[in-house]
Amino acid sequence: MKLQKNTLAAIYSVLEFAANPGRQLSAAEIARQYRVSPHHLAKVLRTLGRAGLLESVRGVGGGYRFTGNAKRLTLMDVIELFENISAPRRGARRPPRRGPLPAGPSPQEVEDALGVVLAEIDEISKATFRSITLATMLKLVTRRRK
Amino acid sequence: MTRGSPDPVRVRGVQPRDLPEIIDIDAGITGMRKPEYWSEILQRYGTGRRRQRLFLVAEDSGRVEGFVIGEVRDWEFGMPPCGWVFAIGVRPDTRQAGTGTRLLEAICDGFRRLGVTKVRTILARDNPLILSFFRSQGLMAAPFIPLERDLAP
Repeated sequence: MKLQKNTLAAIYSVLEFAANPGRQLSAAEIARQYRVSPHHLAKVLRTLGRAGLLESVRGVGGGYRFTGNAKRLTLMDVIELFENISAPRRGARRPPRRGPLPAGPSPQEVEDALGVVLAEIDEISKATFRSITLATMLKLVTRRRK
Repeated sequence: MTRGSPDPVRVRGVQPRDLPEIIDIDAGITGMRKPEYWSEILQRYGTGRRRQRLFLVAEDSGRVEGFVIGEVRDWEFGMPPCGWVFAIGVRPDTRQAGTGTRLLEAICDGFRRLGVTKVRTILARDNPLILSFFRSQGLMAAPFIPLERDLAP
């Protein structure tokens, strides 16, 4: 599973906010740190704000502040805001064909079987994203620093 | 909790008198009462006759708040001996208080004393609650892929 740029920028951002609870950060600060376009990141932060994970702080030095719960919010919660990964893969849930079977596999059957394998991989990826909270990600960052 | 204050939660080996509370905790989590199963588990893991098997409970003011069960298994799946946690449960009304963490730490201490340096578990991937708990404790994907197949009658 490959995550889009927006999704990655969102994950960087929420982790940055979760690591600094209470602190307000601007799109420009986060963009600089993770080398992403500030214009692009501003859109991502607006989406996170609309989802209730951030609140915007107006005025001089304004920006955003984290309002989510880092112990509850998972990577999947963030990813789902930017990608449609809940839909099952094409071919993965197709019922078995009826009637006489041809001698060899048809392209459709091969595509279906491959869909089953790819769906299996997707399910593992989704379970992994669902199981990792922002707090766990921050612990992982700390552990890898040692 | 402030530094130096006594921790009210005590982790100790299971006793036969804990069984009704363990059955209640499990039923509260799984929605199914399994007294016979738990009696057998107590016999197999709670007697202390086999030192590789650990069955611990967390107790607070005389009430069992949770349990953990595991054992050191040798060369299972071709891997060097390691500690396997196969059950952990905490009363739903006392979660987020660190009881699960205390239980996991205690069983890991037990595994260390038995000379192993790795702890493993296997979890249903559609149970994000327990998956998130083990992830929060630093467990990462193991080098296994569980497989299954329906058996034709």
